[in-house]
Amino acid sequence: MSQLLEPFLQALQALNRVEAQNILCQATDRQTSIELVEELVVPALEEIGRGWEEGSVALSQVYMSGRICEELVDLILPQSAPERKKQPNMAIVVLEDYHFLGKRIVYSILRASGFELADYGRMTVEELVVRTQADGLELLLVSVLMLPSALRVKALRAKFDELGLKTKIVTGGAPFVFDENLWQEVGATAMGRSASEAIEVITQIMEGKL
Amino acid sequence: MNSLQRVLTTLSHQEADRVPLCLLFSLHGAKELGLSIKDYFANPAAVVEGQLRLRAKYHHDCIYTFFYAPIEVEAWGGEVIYSDDGPPNSGEPFIRRLEDILTLEVPAVKATPCLGKVFEATALLKAQVKDEVPIIGVVMSPFSLPVMQMGFDKYIELIYEQPTLFAHLMQINEAFCAAWANAQLEAGATAICYFDPVSSSSIIPKELYLQTGFEVAKRTLAQIKGPTATHMASGLCLPIVDALAQTGTAILCTSALEDLAIMKAACRGKLTVLGNLNGIEMRRWTVAEAEAKVKEALAKAGKGGGFILADNHGEIPWQVPDEVIRAISEATSKWGTYPLTWLEEEV
Ligand code: B12
Repeated sequence: MSQLLEPFLQALQALNRVEAQNILCQATDRQTSIELVEELVVPALEEIGRGWEEGSVALSQVYMSGRICEELVDLILPQSAPERKKQPNMAIVVLEDYHFLGKRIVYSILRASGFELADYGRMTVEELVVRTQADGLELLLVSVLMLPSALRVKALRAKFDELGLKTKIVTGGAPFVFDENLWQEVGATAMGRSASEAIEVITQIMEGKL
Repeated sequence: MNSLQRVLTTLSHQEADRVPLCLLFSLHGAKELGLSIKDYFANPAAVVEGQLRLRAKYHHDCIYTFFYAPIEVEAWGGEVIYSDDGPPNSGEPFIRRLEDILTLEVPAVKATPCLGKVFEATALLKAQVKDEVPIIGVVMSPFSLPVMQMGFDKYIELIYEQPTLFAHLMQINEAFCAAWANAQLEAGATAICYFDPVSSSSIIPKELYLQTGFEVAKRTLAQIKGPTATHMASGLCLPIVDALAQTGTAILCTSALEDLAIMKAACRGKLTVLGNLNGIEMRRWTVAEAEAKVKEALAKAGKGGGFILADNHGEIPWQVPDEVIRAISEATSKWGTYPLTWLEEEV
């Protein structure tokens, strides 16, 4: 598997969907779909995420490669596949903001990593409280681009606490990247600097470490 | 030395009387006047008053006629969504299908009411400050505007997958951008700040930039009849400094995520560096932290001119308290007065 990682990464970085698909299909004879996702797709996406955090990979590459992986993984691991990780019960939302690309990328990358999650689109604090309670979410991923939207997470956390909701909030988006203390200030459980950091954070939450 | 002389001196890579400070205020004028953000931008006279009051309060070296980025989609008939405590945002993209690109028409800038407010504010400000303070007008680059025209995801796909439609959209946006910039210069703007964060290395890789945003910038800046600054809106730009210097721009604005000393060295003799105080963090700085951040920036980039101190995004957020802004201004006077002898003493 590890010898496939480099060519797979290269195919993704060159946005060569056909080549990426070939590499993945070659390996399907030897591995189960979920193994492929975990040993090939996730490490590749994590590598790309690290590159974005260091500044060596640009957002357009993160977006396009995430989209390719999401499509490929949907082929080998359809939405209804029992192997898909349905835990924790989670959703992603854009909170009182009009910028959707961050959410779109995180959603794609999580799905390409074998997770299943609900996409709430854009919501206000009030709408989100109602929906989170109704769906009994364990984890809510919040994406924002504007600073005022980031600050609204504080009100969201307060409403959750008032209602006794234990739902954990993980934040991400530019304001959290520019102010590293902001996630704590607004009462989030954690933040991710990149979409693939979301995978790490969710894994830690599942292991009870956060 | 007046503000314009101070800025011109630093642009020629000489030390002025002190390091110029450009506090790039858009929203704060509304606060000064006690108006909602929406009412403030509806009235050019309010923007004029806001800019003048802010300058009287903080003694910085520019007037900034930036209203909000989505004013440019408003000009094309797009929607603007206001907020009580933050900048207006663009609503639903008006290019819904790729074919729409083929029938787009460039708005006549001088006959477009929302842009007219900017021209009016610029002319009134020019009458007040004359040639003493540079008036900085703003345009979105033809290459960055499509994020608001069609949505970011669709636009990235267009760049990679639809070269012909992409080229067509650039042609239209270049004509709009040049006309909009030149009309601001005619109204009295001293220089134009060209916002081009999609070109930043945070958003697209260098190789792609050289084929796209770089060519667009060269063509567009050549049509703008005045000096320009290029702003990456806090996106990274160190990897493309050399190319940026070839676009014809005079000033480069750098991100708080980049090292100012490295940036200054890379730009030396080619570009003046503007930046790079972190506007998002600024919201929670203490007065002492503000002073320390100013000192750090001056120490890294102040010597020899070629530097203007500013925030790193081209807009100080609404949430930044007045005492922090005052501390930035006072620290610039205290530590930014040339020659920066304290630098040697502190070593
Ligand atoms: C390109 C850019 C522009 C472009 C396009 C913007 C757009 N998307 O519509 C243009 C020139 C149009 C622009 C305009 C404006 N911009 Co602008 N812009 C940027 C820039 C450089 C990148 C923004 C972007 O879209 N990135 C792509 C997204 C997907 O990246 P991201 O949010 O960081 O997401 C990544 C990670 O953070 C993570 N992530 C995201 N969500 C989540 C969620 C979870 C749970 C996890 C784990 C991870 C995660 O994964 C993503 C992929 O790796 C940023 C500065 C920067 N360096 O980031 C400023 C920035 C977003 N802009 C800003 C502002 C204010 C504006 C304007 C409002 C200015 C104005 N007054 O008009 C306008 C509004 C535009 C509009 N749409 O209405 C501010 C917002 C913060 C603030 N001050 O409130 C920023 C952050 C600059 C700054 N440092 O202050 N801008």
